Amino acid sequence: MQYAPVLPVVIPLFAAALLAALSKLLPQRVALGLSLLATAATTAASTFLLRASLSNTVVYWFGGWSAHGGKTLGISFAIDPIGAGLAAFAGLLTFLSLLFSAKYFDAADNYFYALTLAFLAGMSGFTLTGDMFNLFVFFELMSAAAFGLCGLKTEDPSSLQGSVNFAVTNTIGAYLVLTGIALLYARTSALNMAQMGQTLARTPADKLVMAAFAFIVCGYLVKAAVVPFHFWLADAHAVAPTPICVLFSGVMVEMGLYAVARIYWTVFDPSLHPFLPHLRILFVAVGVATMVVGGIECYSQRNIKRLLAFSTISHMGLMTVGVGLFNVAGLAGTAIYTLGHGLVKGSLFLGSGILLHRTKTVDESELHGRGRRMKWAGIVFFLGAAGLAGIFPSGLSMGDDLIHESAKQIGVEWLKWVSFFAAGITAAAVFRVAVRVFLGWGSPASHQRGAAPKEKEKPETESGHDRTPVWMWAPAVAMVLGGLLIGFAPGLKPGTLRAASRFEDANTYAARVLQGTPVHSSAPEEEKTQEPWVGLFILAAAAIISLANVKSKGFRESVKPLIAPLRALHRLHSGHVGDYVAFLTFGLAAFGLVCIFTFR
Amino acid sequence: MNYLPYAVAAWLFLVGLYGVTTSRNLVHLCICLSVIQSSSYVLLLAIGYRTGRPAPIFKDIKPGTPAVDPVVQALMLTDIVVEVTVIALLLALAVQVHKRNGTLDPSRLNEIKG
Repeated sequence: MQYAPVLPVVIPLFAAALLAALSKLLPQRVALGLSLLATAATTAASTFLLRASLSNTVVYWFGGWSAHGGKTLGISFAIDPIGAGLAAFAGLLTFLSLLFSAKYFDAADNYFYALTLAFLAGMSGFTLTGDMFNLFVFFELMSAAAFGLCGLKTEDPSSLQGSVNFAVTNTIGAYLVLTGIALLYARTSALNMAQMGQTLARTPADKLVMAAFAFIVCGYLVKAAVVPFHFWLADAHAVAPTPICVLFSGVMVEMGLYAVARIYWTVFDPSLHPFLPHLRILFVAVGVATMVVGGIECYSQRNIKRLLAFSTISHMGLMTVGVGLFNVAGLAGTAIYTLGHGLVKGSLFLGSGILLHRTKTVDESELHGRGRRMKWAGIVFFLGAAGLAGIFPSGLSMGDDLIHESAKQIGVEWLKWVSFFAAGITAAAVFRVAVRVFLGWGSPASHQRGAAPKEKEKPETESGHDRTPVWMWAPAVAMVLGGLLIGFAPGLKPGTLRAASRFEDANTYAARVLQGTPVHSSAPEEEKTQEPWVGLFILAAAAIISLANVKSKGFRESVKPLIAPLRALHRLHSGHVGDYVAFLTFGLAAFGLVCIFTFR
Repeated sequence: MNYLPYAVAAWLFLVGLYGVTTSRNLVHLCICLSVIQSSSYVLLLAIGYRTGRPAPIFKDIKPGTPAVDPVVQALMLTDIVVEVTVIALLLALAVQVHKRNGTLDPSRLNEIKG
């Protein structure tokens, strides 16, 4: 198994090339079978690497160009459990969404499968690599495949606008990353992350290092869709084919945060460690803003896919806080939260895919009461709302708990109230959709004022269908149950904590990559058990708010004063790519100035 | 040390961002993206350049002679390849936008709002 480390990249890339070359010859069913097979093999390879890396970080040098005397010329994969786990999770979600897509498209292009596999190859490589420029190249592979997938449904005019916004903002993000890499290379003459970190540690951080840090972090935060870089995400999700939304929300945006964490802990930690308190304030501020803006926007949407996309933004805020607290519990919490969130949010997207398949619309008002006979989609939405509220033992509740624990260690315990608000409002939004669509409560016309203007979602399937094929509801139900029950997985919490403490140890990482010193993973102390009732309480609050919104006229009257500021917030999400880039530039400038002038 | 290439890189970066922000035409917008990208080329080449040193081709010169850094040039080439894909994809999207909406102006494509 000498070559096992490259399999998660080679298998899907090879299969993608094969499918693209034979796309005219292969019948759709064969192409689907082949891509399912390749995805399953990729997931198996990543899982194997996850198991292998539990005891020791797996280092693979391409072409045998290994490190000599702490210096590197070659490119390495440095695989630890968090990276391999994310790769395996990406494989799992890809498999489930491919299953869903089996009956979803009436006429799927074989290019769809080729692009999905290329996307998976990009994500796998991204999580496994130990080289700064290699990380950037996989980032671009993943992004280019994602742009293609987002624009694939080209019969829809809005699809093009969403894809253009997505491609332009993320490409600028990639340029930011490249500029940062160039600046760092100028200082360190290295591209291997371990070697860069060790070289930077020799001198105190100066303005060049700060500027490089700002460029790289902002570039990856564009992908992570945090405020003010988040605008593209809702547009891209509203228009991308639904099975692809599962991957966008479930793993792709989390990859941005993964890169921030990976780069901080391998490259910058040795030199920026004295500035950690400042960095924490910066990341917590960004994360809180993201949670609040995402949550409010989420509740005020009528397009269900867009609503779910804003809910992803809100949850990304919490994950940004988890990564940005820069301690073991925060990172471990974010990792578990990613699993829970990816499964629950993925199932909700599949649920909205079922709605689109059956009724040809995802507009909440148009769908009023039309979901009464779609029992599986209804189950998914109600369970999904419970999952987003963070009921025990979902992955979200466990992750939430660890992040709160981490906030307590840093001394910012109030953060948990913000996260309760974000969980509550996103759960309330999904609950509102569920009672109106699947139970038919409330009056059909009572859509909210200030909500998005009517937006035609041209169906990806040609006509409405009378029944939901098992291929569609089974993955959705499996995902939501998985997300809700993952907290019972034995060894998940201690294992993730151990993996996170290894992830955050820059010197051990560098010794492993550069000298081959084995890692001695020490078991961190067990965190205290969580309070299972908190999630139930949030769910109850969310249910009350959404029922009041649907049923009570008085409630709707009483929230009227909020509509004007809400309108202003909506106007910022203009759909105009120039505005989004202006916000991106502003965010970069603000982040850079904070880094350069306060870290001294 | 000559600051001019760094100033040029910064200028290209800013002017490209300004162009993308204010663009009224998607093709123009793609070109502005390439301008931002050119800034990273200039930056990379400036970082690798050594005044008075030969190109890093060790055929006629003795191995071990200080030369211009080839790594940044390799990075730049890789980046060109990757970005050509993205720009081609964006131009293809622009063609599709024009086919369906009859316009290339991003401010007249407002299906998505809020």
